Amino acid sequence: MLQRASSLRRPAGRAGGFRLLPALRPHPVATLLALAVAVFSLLPLGFIAIVTFDVGWETVRTLVFRPRVGELLVNTVYLELATIPISIVVAVGLAWLTERTDLPFRRFFSGLAVAPLAIPAFVHSYAWITVLPGMRGLWSAVFVAVLAYYPFLYLPVAAALRRLDPALEDAGASLGLSPFWIFIRVVLPQLRLAICGGSLLIALHLLSEYGLFVMIRFDTFATAIVDQFQSSYNSPASNMLGGVLVVCCLVLLLVEIGLRGNERYARVGTGTARPSTRHRLGWLTLPCLLVPLIVAALAIGVPLFTLGQWLWFGGIAIWQADMLGNALIQTILLSLAGGVLATLLAAPMAWLSVRAPGRVQRVLEACHYYVGSLPGVVVALALVTVTVRYFMPLYQTFATLLAAYVLLFLPRAMVGLRASIAQAPVELERAATALGRTPRRAVFEITFRLAAPGAAASVALAALGIANELTATLMLSPLGVDTLATRFWSLTSEIDYVSAAPYAVMMVVLSMPMTLYLHLQSKRVAGQ
Amino acid sequence: MTVLSIDKVSKRYGKVQALDQVSVEASSGMRTAVVGPSGSGKTTLLRMIAGFETPDSGSVSVGGEVLADAHRSMPAHLRGIGIVAQDGALFPHLTVADNIGFGIPRGDRERTERVLSLLEMVELEPGMLTRRPHQLSGGQQQRVALARALACRPRLMLLDEPFSALDTGLRENMRKTVARVLQAAGVTTILVTHDQEEALSFADRLVVMREGRVVQAGTPQDLYFHPNDRATALFMGDAVLLPAIAKGSVAACALGNVPIVGEHKGKVEIMLRPEQIRIATDGSQQDNTGQVVDVEFSGATSTIAVALNGVALPPIRIKTSSVALPAPGAYVRLDVAEKAHVLEG
Repeated sequence: MLQRASSLRRPAGRAGGFRLLPALRPHPVATLLALAVAVFSLLPLGFIAIVTFDVGWETVRTLVFRPRVGELLVNTVYLELATIPISIVVAVGLAWLTERTDLPFRRFFSGLAVAPLAIPAFVHSYAWITVLPGMRGLWSAVFVAVLAYYPFLYLPVAAALRRLDPALEDAGASLGLSPFWIFIRVVLPQLRLAICGGSLLIALHLLSEYGLFVMIRFDTFATAIVDQFQSSYNSPASNMLGGVLVVCCLVLLLVEIGLRGNERYARVGTGTARPSTRHRLGWLTLPCLLVPLIVAALAIGVPLFTLGQWLWFGGIAIWQADMLGNALIQTILLSLAGGVLATLLAAPMAWLSVRAPGRVQRVLEACHYYVGSLPGVVVALALVTVTVRYFMPLYQTFATLLAAYVLLFLPRAMVGLRASIAQAPVELERAATALGRTPRRAVFEITFRLAAPGAAASVALAALGIANELTATLMLSPLGVDTLATRFWSLTSEIDYVSAAPYAVMMVVLSMPMTLYLHLQSKRVAGQ
Repeated sequence: MTVLSIDKVSKRYGKVQALDQVSVEASSGMRTAVVGPSGSGKTTLLRMIAGFETPDSGSVSVGGEVLADAHRSMPAHLRGIGIVAQDGALFPHLTVADNIGFGIPRGDRERTERVLSLLEMVELEPGMLTRRPHQLSGGQQQRVALARALACRPRLMLLDEPFSALDTGLRENMRKTVARVLQAAGVTTILVTHDQEEALSFADRLVVMREGRVVQAGTPQDLYFHPNDRATALFMGDAVLLPAIAKGSVAACALGNVPIVGEHKGKVEIMLRPEQIRIATDGSQQDNTGQVVDVEFSGATSTIAVALNGVALPPIRIKTSSVALPAPGAYVRLDVAEKAHVLEG
């Protein structure tokens, strides 16, 4: 009865019921705020357009069509083409072993497979350069990048494998397919969405990563832009490189959309899926155990071992309380401020996208999301240019730095908020008003209360990302600001690997909650 | 000729005895239905025939070839046994044409023609070929799943509750179509279902399972009118169960002297299907078998509850034509058509 009543009410609320319940109208204030944030998030694109227009086509041509850019482009393409297929093989192999076989200790291994995410990419390269000082060039970059980023593929692929309807595999077998061909013709196609999503994430990270590739001495757009920026900040040359980088990002987004297709891979039909049976490995158990062990040894063992080694060499002396404490406090304050700000700014859009979805809202939402896939260097360049030109007093202030954080982590803040606002259906608010609350009080007492945990999660997600952000922080931070990441970076640049170790350890510790959250999230999605 | 022969198969999952010494046979071209409540082991049996489970003991043979016993089991993909699952289990990433053609080797020249003829066989339009599973209705999905399974020319077809996800109206229609298609293809079929009505109307032969055991097997008529025990009697449909004293071929019960199947003596329990009982409206205050306590009008037929004289039983419920219904409180006399069945035990 209850359900029926609410479903009867919903269309009424959309069509004619607004006069009775004015607060439920898609809030004009929310729309205005979301619009403002969306315009703000278009700033990096706008900056590219303005700069291109400013310097004129002739300069653009000389700056973009030159051997150096071609070289960087070739490097980037090789890096993407080598890293992504290898990551797919590693991630799908690991996910299949942990999710679909009777591998011993598979729960432990599934946690271990996600763990490399807790180690920032530039700490990975710091560890490897310690072990093998001669590492440099494309293949070293690919090697470390795979180890640092394959969990971005492992997470969605493992979740997809868990959700897969075993009836499909049974159908394949009954139609005469051997287990190998079932994997190729039935299982793998179902993983397409997960593989596309994870690959895109890795591809974007490869474009924006700075620290990892500098240490391995592999030139990408990101490293070249920072170099250029440090020698002559706000030069047309670095801005144009930024433009090319943005084009690369957009190309990747389009490629992914094309590859993903618009098919639905949801389970067809009704009824609950039978829990899937695990494949027996038999005599293959021992060789198969080696796979997750080797990956874990390379992706976690080596970083932890080198960190331990440096800590051991350094002893108590490297834990300089004032420097370290200062960096830690600054990092925490900056992260929390950025996280809270990003969540606040994401709130109007999250609200609209749940409560009043429509065509305009979708466009605004896309603006909120795309900006997160832009590299930190581009966002930083845009903010530098804009502040230097129009708001000079803001140049190299906390405000600019926080603005960069908001732009970079807006999508993260959106995700948690959207989910939690969706959990506070409008019916509850209506029930509260029916019980005598004013619409405003109903929103505060019901919706805000229910959305609070999700908002907290959003703050945490964004803050944890900010804590390890290196590139934008390096380029934008006011004088005297040292986060864990920038401090670590300046120490390693001076080849003081020993003193850098405590900072790396603290970044790893700060990343752990985020990693755990992602791991649990992927389990929850699969209903476990 | 016996196509499928399951011999004393047992299977245990931890503490649960899923199958206990189950033996089932199916002859060539026949449609056999395995019915039972959920948890009776019928799905385990089906999955064992398909090759997705292995027996702890006993054996499964098809066409005289042992497919599985306690020691070895032929993998599912080598068995050549078709299966249609509850929701069709169509591959969501493939079109209808690719789904149907999935089991036909790629190099096969007649692949396209065969897909078309199979589509026609399951009564779908050729325009469907390029559609994706999510664009099909439940009934269409089942038809495609059936065509896909038939494409491999299976020696045995297994249907795992294929109609239960469909709407009631569609279900009957689909049942007839599937029966017709399988008849035309001449494939021996095993249907697993918890719906006795479906089993009765679909199959030539029924196997009733309960708690991992086969409790009775026979023709639909046999199982409906002559169930071995109370539980089967109630599972197969509505039943009126009455205590009686048997004297040879008749039994004295609350409905008077009723002819019974076979010869019995002493206290027995007899079973009648409600449609065997007819209301003779001329019941008078003196000469009657009971009093109408409730009348439930539901269109063409109505259900009448009659409290029988002289027994402390709940009123029996009889379906009757809605024409000239007796009023609640009226006295009625009840006649019995055909013989009553005596339950064992």
